[in-house]
Amino acid sequence: MPETRLRKLFNPWKSSSVNERPWEPTELRPRNRHPFRLCYLPICAAILLAVAIVGILALPAGASPQEALQDAANPDYRPFPIVGSRVAMWVVAQLHLMFAAFVLAVPMFALIIEIIGYVTKDKRYDDLAYEFTKLLSVSFSFTATLGAMLTFMLFILYPRVATYMVSIFSWTFFPYVFLFFLEALFLYSYYYGWGKFSPKVHLALGVCLNIVGTAIMFIADAWLTFMNTPNGISETGALVSLPDAINNFIWMPINIHRLIANMAFGGSIAAAYGAYKFLGAKTEEEKAHYDWMGYIGNFIAISALLPLPFAGYYLGKEIYAYSQSLGITLMGGTFSWLFIIQAILIGNLFLAANYYLWVSMERIEGAERFRRFIKYLLASVTITFIVWATPHSLVATVEEARQMGGAHHPMLGVLGVMSAKNTAVNVMILTTYISFLLYRRGNKEAIVPWAKTGNRVQFAIFAVTILFVIFLGVYGYFVEARVRIALSVPQVLAVLTAMISVTAIDIFMFKNAKKTGEIKWGQMPDRAQYALFFIALTFAWTMGLMGYVRAGMRQHWHVFGVLQDTSPDAFTPTLGFASNVISVTVLIFFLFISIVFWLSGLSGKKPWEPKAVDAVRSAESVGTERAVEAPE
Amino acid sequence: MNIVVLLAIAAGLIALRFLKPNSLAWSSATWVAVYVFLRYGVVPPVPASVLTMFMFIITLSLAVYLTTTEDRLKEVSNAFVSFFTDKKYTIPLVVALIGLPFIVAFRVYQNLTQLPDPPVVGRTIHPPPPATITFKGRQVDLVDEDNPYRELETSDPTAFAEHVSNGRLVYYQNCVKCHGDNMVGDGLFARGFNPIPANFQDPTTIAMLQESYLFWRIAKGAPGLPVESTPWSSAMPAWETFLSEEDIWDVILFMYDFTDQRPRAKEVHE
Repeated sequence: MPETRLRKLFNPWKSSSVNERPWEPTELRPRNRHPFRLCYLPICAAILLAVAIVGILALPAGASPQEALQDAANPDYRPFPIVGSRVAMWVVAQLHLMFAAFVLAVPMFALIIEIIGYVTKDKRYDDLAYEFTKLLSVSFSFTATLGAMLTFMLFILYPRVATYMVSIFSWTFFPYVFLFFLEALFLYSYYYGWGKFSPKVHLALGVCLNIVGTAIMFIADAWLTFMNTPNGISETGALVSLPDAINNFIWMPINIHRLIANMAFGGSIAAAYGAYKFLGAKTEEEKAHYDWMGYIGNFIAISALLPLPFAGYYLGKEIYAYSQSLGITLMGGTFSWLFIIQAILIGNLFLAANYYLWVSMERIEGAERFRRFIKYLLASVTITFIVWATPHSLVATVEEARQMGGAHHPMLGVLGVMSAKNTAVNVMILTTYISFLLYRRGNKEAIVPWAKTGNRVQFAIFAVTILFVIFLGVYGYFVEARVRIALSVPQVLAVLTAMISVTAIDIFMFKNAKKTGEIKWGQMPDRAQYALFFIALTFAWTMGLMGYVRAGMRQHWHVFGVLQDTSPDAFTPTLGFASNVISVTVLIFFLFISIVFWLSGLSGKKPWEPKAVDAVRSAESVGTERAVEAPE
Repeated sequence: MNIVVLLAIAAGLIALRFLKPNSLAWSSATWVAVYVFLRYGVVPPVPASVLTMFMFIITLSLAVYLTTTEDRLKEVSNAFVSFFTDKKYTIPLVVALIGLPFIVAFRVYQNLTQLPDPPVVGRTIHPPPPATITFKGRQVDLVDEDNPYRELETSDPTAFAEHVSNGRLVYYQNCVKCHGDNMVGDGLFARGFNPIPANFQDPTTIAMLQESYLFWRIAKGAPGLPVESTPWSSAMPAWETFLSEEDIWDVILFMYDFTDQRPRAKEVHE
């Protein structure tokens, strides 16, 4: 048997079409980018699992025939075995959201990186964009499977809620399904078509993919935000205006918040993938590539993280605008403790992001001169972290409360309100930006004649901005609460202006700058990669936490003020229980994402070849005497 | 703030500089200094729950500091290796290995023998209000309804002053015994309650709330607190039994007037 036929026999999934030379531009030579068909195995397994779970769900847990009849007569809720309906829905919904966030985010920055590669003609960017896109294929299937599970579970476990939501949003389901088809079309053509279309066509596919993905998210957001701030309905809850139901109070704030948060989350997961590949890299070239990938992923995550708090303020403002009761539940009531946990998580994120940048400076020749600033930057991050995490009402023993004269500490109490927290987060963002600026300058020395003046101007911008932010923070204590919250807008604008103007000066100042050394990609300590894992894990945990906050603040309502939760789960779980559920969900997500990483890594593996003995036997069995060379 | 403790910490750190300690010793000293400051330097003391959280952040930051550069990391790991392997540290090592379990054991002993404390409770100061309440047969919309006399502040200042004056009367006849004559929550009965009454001078209490929220709290008191947020500790009576609707709105006007604060305005949907 000819060797090619023999190879084909042992490698049947390598279709001939894959070997056809794809369209390629003259400057970019794509490598062997064949789709790995093995990815269908876990997808099939996931679908079977979903079907099995739904099958189990379809049977009322441990129900006798009489109970089943009773259930059928009164189908408001159905039980779920062991963990109960609420926890089951909670976990599946959160997993679906995490995968959906990832699947929506990756095309955004993959497209941007591809555009950079196209414009600069730098093949590295094209490779990197493709590397990110490789993670999409399996993730998309996971997202769809989890979405199907979520839908089935909603109809089986919460039929009354499902029926009501259908009565409001039935007309949005059709465009949703249609868009989902388009999403699949664009996503797979974007992925499988890499290097097979002209770059402009491929970029257009990427744009379409992003538009459709965003539209899908906007539709789904309408459903969930309606449950928090229902709108466009009569007093009895009947639909009056579908556009109003969609455009409810928090629909647009959630859309904006999710778009940004998805980028941050997706970037962090992609960075974790880079770290995972870095740690397993065998060659210096591989290490350099994945070091760079981790850096870019982290850069995307942190860049998106910076404006996120402000999108959060807009969301909070609209919640207050809808109902004082919801606003207080969220920020001053039962759920306010979750924001302390969130502050700790985000403080950790900033700390880890800065840490990564500082450690990264170790691989830049010439960056040693900036090391002395690290302790001051660290002090700034630590102090602002402490301020941000300080609760307003403190957990105290009776004795401690008596010494304080109440639940508020006379000194720490002032740190517990928005004025202090807005100030802290703005200073923290500026500090992180300064870390990035130092990192960026690591191996450069400005040679323009106005370099000294430029540095002074930059320093003055930072100083004035920080003073302005602190001034507004202090001023906030002397004005009405609504004005106090609104002061976050000029604070944000000041910080953004400072970052943009300093960047602009930096670009001109370091144009044609003298290089003091090279960035030694790949020569990065392993602990920096663990920082990337930590960032991804913290992002996922924060997402789980805030997802719970958004859904949980309705308390004993399915649709706030309209459809009451009369199930046995109509109570707010303890913080400890909620934290455990979130932790387990995050663990499951990382288990799934590890599978995604593993599957994505398969495409880079060499084709399977028979071991020498097997191959010889096979060759003998077909009557050939040709020697088969042993695989590596 | 306890200045003596602060000065002692500063003196200790300055003295340490002269000894030129390595990064690990310097970081350990910083950790101890922060702990001593928070534990003994802040008056009244920082609650244990907050202290633990702050020290966690400080520990994390110092760990970051010690591992940021390769040189510092080496310095730290060498110090540990040297402590465990160098003969000159044999005695301190033995002391540490024996002493550490004893410290843990002593802590366990302390915990088991101290008098039992009531469990620490994270009390939420602002329970979420319902959308509507019924006041003497009338339904009051807490979401959309405002203090009906607030507009007089600009349209008819004289009438507004009369309402504030009536509010003063209501306050000193009914509220002063618990909330105090300066509204700081130190009335005659205040020390008998746990938690003590709210301090309205604190910019983080009534200044963060809309007037309808105060109306609900005053009218319904502790018995009207939401079921989903129980258990609640409050001795506040339901004043709807004793006061008219106008009296309650008036006393709210007075509270803001006296404390020189403004009620939270309604957010506008954009």
